[in-house]
Amino acid sequence: MGNRFESVQSVREGLRDVNYLADEGIAGVVFLADRLGKPVLVEGPAGTGKTQLAKSVAEMTGARLIRLQCYEGLDESKALYEWNYKKQLLRIQADKNSDSWSDVHDDIFSDEFLLTRPLLEAITAEDPVVLLIDEVDRVEVETEALLLEILSEYQVSIPELGTIVAKQIPLVFLTSNNTRELSEALKRRCLYLHVDYPDMAREKLIVTTRVPGVSENLADQIARIVRSIRQLDLKKAPSVSETIDWARTLVLLGVEQVDAQQAKDTLHVLLKYQTDIAKAAKELSVEAAK
Amino acid sequence: MLDLLAGFVSELRNAGLPVSLTENLDAMEAVQHIPIEDREAFKYALAATMVKNNTHWRAFETVFEVYFSLRGPEYKLVDGDTDLDEMWREMQEAQGEGKGAGGGGMDSLTPEELMNLLMKALLNGDQGMMRALAKQAVQRFAGMEPGRPVGGTYYLYRTLRNLDLEAMQDKLMDASREEVGGDLTALEERLEKDEYDSRIEQFKKEIEAEIRRRLVADRGAEAMAKTLRKPLPEDVEFMHASRDEMQALKKSLYPLTRKLAARLARKRRHGRKGPLDFRSTVRHSLSYGGVPAEPKFKYPRPAKPELMVVADISGSVAAFARFTLMLVYAIQGQFSKVRSFVFIDGIDEVTEYFKSTEDIQEAIHRVNTEADVVWVDGHSDYGHAFEVFWDKWGKDIGPKTTVLLLGDARNNYHATQAWVVKNIRQKARHVYWLNPEPRSYWNTGDSIVGDYATHTDGVYECRNLRQLEAFVEKLA
Repeated sequence: MGNRFESVQSVREGLRDVNYLADEGIAGVVFLADRLGKPVLVEGPAGTGKTQLAKSVAEMTGARLIRLQCYEGLDESKALYEWNYKKQLLRIQADKNSDSWSDVHDDIFSDEFLLTRPLLEAITAEDPVVLLIDEVDRVEVETEALLLEILSEYQVSIPELGTIVAKQIPLVFLTSNNTRELSEALKRRCLYLHVDYPDMAREKLIVTTRVPGVSENLADQIARIVRSIRQLDLKKAPSVSETIDWARTLVLLGVEQVDAQQAKDTLHVLLKYQTDIAKAAKELSVEAAK
Repeated sequence: MLDLLAGFVSELRNAGLPVSLTENLDAMEAVQHIPIEDREAFKYALAATMVKNNTHWRAFETVFEVYFSLRGPEYKLVDGDTDLDEMWREMQEAQGEGKGAGGGGMDSLTPEELMNLLMKALLNGDQGMMRALAKQAVQRFAGMEPGRPVGGTYYLYRTLRNLDLEAMQDKLMDASREEVGGDLTALEERLEKDEYDSRIEQFKKEIEAEIRRRLVADRGAEAMAKTLRKPLPEDVEFMHASRDEMQALKKSLYPLTRKLAARLARKRRHGRKGPLDFRSTVRHSLSYGGVPAEPKFKYPRPAKPELMVVADISGSVAAFARFTLMLVYAIQGQFSKVRSFVFIDGIDEVTEYFKSTEDIQEAIHRVNTEADVVWVDGHSDYGHAFEVFWDKWGKDIGPKTTVLLLGDARNNYHATQAWVVKNIRQKARHVYWLNPEPRSYWNTGDSIVGDYATHTDGVYECRNLRQLEAFVEKLA
């Protein structure tokens, strides 16, 4: 079990130093993940900083980030390891005459011919690493099972080589956009963290730290408007990253004080569906008519 | 501590959360790493190890509050509690002396002064003050007596009635208008309003928590947890959902449809039990010099069903019909064609409403307001509605069509006209009936679901989202 962090508070401060504003829950779960040596399953709406959390934790601890992007059809040879067939062939052909069969046989299944893929790499790494398994909900249920061994035991079994056990326990983050229910087996092995849209005060802080040149007043207004928009019944509520984009836009346009017209003109940065934009614009201007 | 956690876990399980043994052990281990005085951290440690689904968060929070935040001083875990209590008391006194005119504690304030204080607190978003005021308000207005067998909602209602928060909202708006000196722009006004809304909402939550605190002190955690137990969103019954629950249902419907659609699409793609495709195999063998090295299979392409939804939208089952329509339209990619009809005693086709707009909510709204579904008196008449349906649209039913009939079959003692369902079944591929009533109520009173059931391929009980989801998955 690692002891990377002193306390929940130190996690929080560390994350703040790398410009990630964690709330109590996020910091607490990261702290526990380190203490218990368990992976963290991060769920939540798109664009709330799930992937960023892993990146920031890596940055904070000075660890290397190893990322496995999941997609449908991901398999062992892309996630865990693969034998380097071409090299093995070359090896066999290079000294056809000299070696005996058993020598070659033992030789071609050694470390030299093993191509490590992200999961194995994270396990065998000597330096501190953070493993990010991104969008784990995209793989099929069957492929999920592939992760189980590594997540609970931090080891990989290769039939030809035996079991490779981790030299150090890496911090593991799995993110999911919740497009399907993950299997119980996977959930059981993880700590669960749900990252939701931040409350207004935190969103304002995020905007001020992430967007250079934004004034206090503007950040406050932005946070308030975004909160109002999120309360509407929309197809896709604006995410934190979209809020930041919007703040950047407004700063670039040299806006100091958002009025209804400007808000309406730049709504397309915040919302990505035409029906949503229309609804939000209507909502903001209906009030104007009163 | 161990007993306490064990009780907590069993209550979670009673509330419907699946907490496995390993998760329980994890939780035990996790709390050892957390300073016990830090309530928030303690809560998140428990949540991270035991709650693995966000929709269960609310249930968890309620149980947690009952079990931990509200423990009386005779329990072990209360060190934090008494601290907090004292803090409140101090704050109360400090503020009572500082701001209140009376000089003594808050108890001596007049109602007007109390309201003024509350307004000030809300205006400045002063959390500590709000908490203290919530406590005071409950003490003063709720009229709680130990051992009285009334629920928390009753006390909540009494307290809120005395506080009159709607008027407070207006006053707050006036105050902020004055502050700026003159009128606010429309946007500002809206933002201010949302701000105060959220503060008042928070204040209400404080009051609720306070009432719960007192009730737990009175009745004990176990009894209290039982009365507070609420069904998880997917188990809420359509027909008895409260307004809040409806909101929660609507919110959980969208992610649910997304999941369902993804699952169905996957099912369609991954059927691999087809027979050998001889022609294709030979064709591909050419690139291996005539050796059929790569066998090719005929993947089954299951036909997408055509769907006709016929829904009763009379008052008693409207919510159910609405959810079913929303669900069906959200995954309409899984069907080759969806047509929908709604009826009370007359019947009308509403497919157009869904086609013309992307927004399902709006379509539903139009269905409720524009569809011509009343024939005589606006009481359900299944018989007449079915008859008209058969006359007008019966010819459109083909061998690929699946017909879904939604309703409780409470026919107000009109004629059944069950022959229509029989005829439909002869022409259609399947006929299913979904009934939002519990099975035990079927065929009681004016319910005649049995008469129709004999002519359908199955009648399903669909009381909550979970059952509805299971049915739709089977259908597509």
